[in-house]
Amino acid sequence: MFAPAPFLLKDTSVSQVMTQVCIALVPGIAAYAWLVGPAILVQLVIASLAALIAETAMLRIQKKPLAMFLSDGSAIVTAWLIALTFPPLAPWWLVATGTVFAIVVAKHLYGGLGQNPFNPAMVAFAICIVSFPALMSQWPSVGLQLPLVDQINVILGLAPRVDALSGATPLDAMKTALKLGEGSQDVAALLANQDIYGNFAGRGWEWVAFGYLIGGLWMWQRKLITWHVPLAFIASLVAISGALWLYNPAQFASPLFHLLSGGAMLGAFFIATDPVSGCTTPRGKLIFGAGAGLLAYIIRVFGGYPDGVAFAVLLMNLCAPVIDLLTQPAIFGMKDTGKGDRS
Amino acid sequence: MLMNLFKFKGGVKPPTNKTQSLGLPIAIAPMPSRLVVPLHQSIGGTPRPVVEAGDKVLKGQLIGEADGWISAAVHAPTSGTVIEVAMHVQPHPSGLDAMCVVIEPDGKDEWIVREPVDYTSLTPEQVRERLQQAGVVGLGGAVFPTHGKLTASKTVPMEEMVVNGAECEPFITCDDLLMRERAEEVVRGIGIFRDLLQPKKVLIGIEDNKPEAAAAMRAAVEAVGEDFQVIQVPTLYPAGGAKQLIRVLTGKEVPASKRSTDLGVQCFNVATAYTAWRAIAHGEPVVSRLVTITGNVHEPRNYEVLIGTPMDELLKLATPHPDTDGIVMGGPMMGFLVPRPDVPVVKATNCLIAHSDRLFPPKAPEMPCIRCGSCAQACPHELQPFEMYWFSRARNFGKTQEYHIFDCIECGCCSFVCPSRIPLVQYFRFAKSEIWAREREKNAADQAKERFEFKQYREEREKAEKAEKLAKAAAAQAAKKAAEAAAAAAAGEAPAPAAEASSPAPVAEPSAADAEKAAKLATIQAAMERAKAQREAAQPKNTEHLTPEQQRAAEEIESRRATAGLVPPETPVNEKSE
Repeated sequence: MFAPAPFLLKDTSVSQVMTQVCIALVPGIAAYAWLVGPAILVQLVIASLAALIAETAMLRIQKKPLAMFLSDGSAIVTAWLIALTFPPLAPWWLVATGTVFAIVVAKHLYGGLGQNPFNPAMVAFAICIVSFPALMSQWPSVGLQLPLVDQINVILGLAPRVDALSGATPLDAMKTALKLGEGSQDVAALLANQDIYGNFAGRGWEWVAFGYLIGGLWMWQRKLITWHVPLAFIASLVAISGALWLYNPAQFASPLFHLLSGGAMLGAFFIATDPVSGCTTPRGKLIFGAGAGLLAYIIRVFGGYPDGVAFAVLLMNLCAPVIDLLTQPAIFGMKDTGKGDRS
Repeated sequence: MLMNLFKFKGGVKPPTNKTQSLGLPIAIAPMPSRLVVPLHQSIGGTPRPVVEAGDKVLKGQLIGEADGWISAAVHAPTSGTVIEVAMHVQPHPSGLDAMCVVIEPDGKDEWIVREPVDYTSLTPEQVRERLQQAGVVGLGGAVFPTHGKLTASKTVPMEEMVVNGAECEPFITCDDLLMRERAEEVVRGIGIFRDLLQPKKVLIGIEDNKPEAAAAMRAAVEAVGEDFQVIQVPTLYPAGGAKQLIRVLTGKEVPASKRSTDLGVQCFNVATAYTAWRAIAHGEPVVSRLVTITGNVHEPRNYEVLIGTPMDELLKLATPHPDTDGIVMGGPMMGFLVPRPDVPVVKATNCLIAHSDRLFPPKAPEMPCIRCGSCAQACPHELQPFEMYWFSRARNFGKTQEYHIFDCIECGCCSFVCPSRIPLVQYFRFAKSEIWAREREKNAADQAKERFEFKQYREEREKAEKAEKLAKAAAAQAAKKAAEAAAAAAAGEAPAPAAEASSPAPVAEPSAADAEKAAKLATIQAAMERAKAQREAAQPKNTEHLTPEQQRAAEEIESRRATAGLVPPETPVNEKSE
């Protein structure tokens, strides 16, 4: 007749959780739109629409309640993460394809909300960078601020994709320069080019990363995420980049550069913290975060892709179940020490 | 008296909703039209009814006798007439019936002869027995017979006695008001427990949202001249869970697999201490308790209520709002909707909450788990509820046990915080009951198997014994016969068969497996020996008493056989048949 105890419930829901994640992304998005270009807002809309259409179709096919699942907000979070990791002037169909693939294959074919073993947004990124490497590597040349109308035209394919529009990410530029220089190029000399690298890591991009950091800390404060994954991610990225930087500062960029470039901050706070595909135990989260940070560095510095966060997270997704299994915490009354935690 | 407190992990902070029922002092609930007193009101054995329909009873008179040591007596809550001893619906989520004594009050509320005692003149054993006879049970909700908790572990010294006045469930205020108004008797009751258990210290834990109760208890402790420590603990549900309060006050963690006395600690509720004092010092068995009536009502208040009072009659005292659609017994976190509004108040009833959708809005539909881990962070036993949920749902009960499902205290913190609105506790209850059911089935099957195997073994054994007996008998007979034969033949020239006849004796070895075979062999051999002996001893005599006709006939046959060239006449016919 009635639902059982507890009769009192905390005011919370999946859509509240997802909405707060979206809110936490706002500082980063604002910095992105302001400093890199408002095209990102168009991409967010395209990705959101594609996600909602794909989600609706998949729910229909599976005869799941539409209103309940469309309003949970999870598809929007996936869509936004895709838009934020793709190049801002990528053609609309690339973003749409990535999003549809994420929702249909990575999410629903694995059982839908809560069942996906891999982070859907990262699956989309991986699929697209493997399938369309050129388009996924075209980032707007810094300092070139096209009017919004022109940016939209480029995205929609109404204007030709002028080469001048396309450059590389600061991270990619650095790697390419170091590779081409074959030891003759110096990191310090490269960083002096503020047109590309800004003050620390990448003109404009460093502030976007800072925006993600602000949003991430807010999520932590709101207890949407715990500190384990972001801290472990950042710590391991700093540790390995710092070690190599100290070993040879001419050939390896500083930890600060690595933290504020590419998807490091977005990955640390918004992607590696995905509870569905990540680890859930405290120690497991530490391992997951540290592993993702380490792999991201190795792939972005020694690998063939402009950034390593997506592949790092996917590789750690593979390990998550086993890590969880091996890191189950001791329960109440079964710890080695009965005492402690004096308040 | 500053002392370091400990923390337990997890816990939640639901709105306490306690002020509503704290405005007025405790009131005595009016006498109901009839009382339905269930016999089984505590953990352990079901008391046996000692009254029958038509009996006149007095207030406090025994109506149900404790059955076994872990069981507590039940008494008539008022004077009147027993109408029936019959099955009635219980205040339990199952809605099952149980044996109740129904009493029609005579309105005089006349006590039995009460015998107050100075417990210091009694042996500990006598005090425990008195508590059992007075029906004193844990009134915090678990209703474990109190006397059963008043024996210290033989091996572990009793260090702390924790007295639970935390009352962490929202809405409930009966312990709060009890401590405010009757602190001295609570303290004296604690004194009884202390004297029985002899702990090094007594810690009274009260959540810090009850400063009045804590002050009253401190004053009472001082007035009585005890050295109990009254400690205000942070308000955090479920700080009033016995294990959580023990953790907060002593730092000890009692796992599901151990008793708290194994760790030198024991925990009692304040209301239990109060009833213990009334039972010993006033000779009054437990016939009433304090109940908070609150929720969707005009006048929430605490009442002293006779056990057996129908809940709907009680709820009327607080004037429920018209949209009330049910009664929750207990708090909103662990309570349950009673199956019928007229079920009786029992010793476990600490609170009645009038339920309405306005007060407790219907839950949103259940969504899939997103593994956010909120439940694990909220779990005071540091379990992984989402993993247990996953395996409960999949009916993989072995796995739920690997994730320690039996350490779950069903406090409801996980369900409270779940953004997917999954009724996690329900899944765990389901899993636990399935595991119990399977264990019962398995035990039954094991017993059946054991019985069958024993039967088989017994039959085998009996067969073997029979065979052995048979063999022995046969051997003895054979030996006897052979001896006789030998004796008979002793006159003749054949002593050898007699010697041979003794040979079957060793066959009668008690080897169970071969016994039957051996017996057969022995019989055969014995028969052969017998035949041989007979033949050799008796054959010659066969032809001595023949009539002339027979002699002739025989001779004819012999001659025919001889002419036919057949076997010599010595070959006996019976040898072929062997």
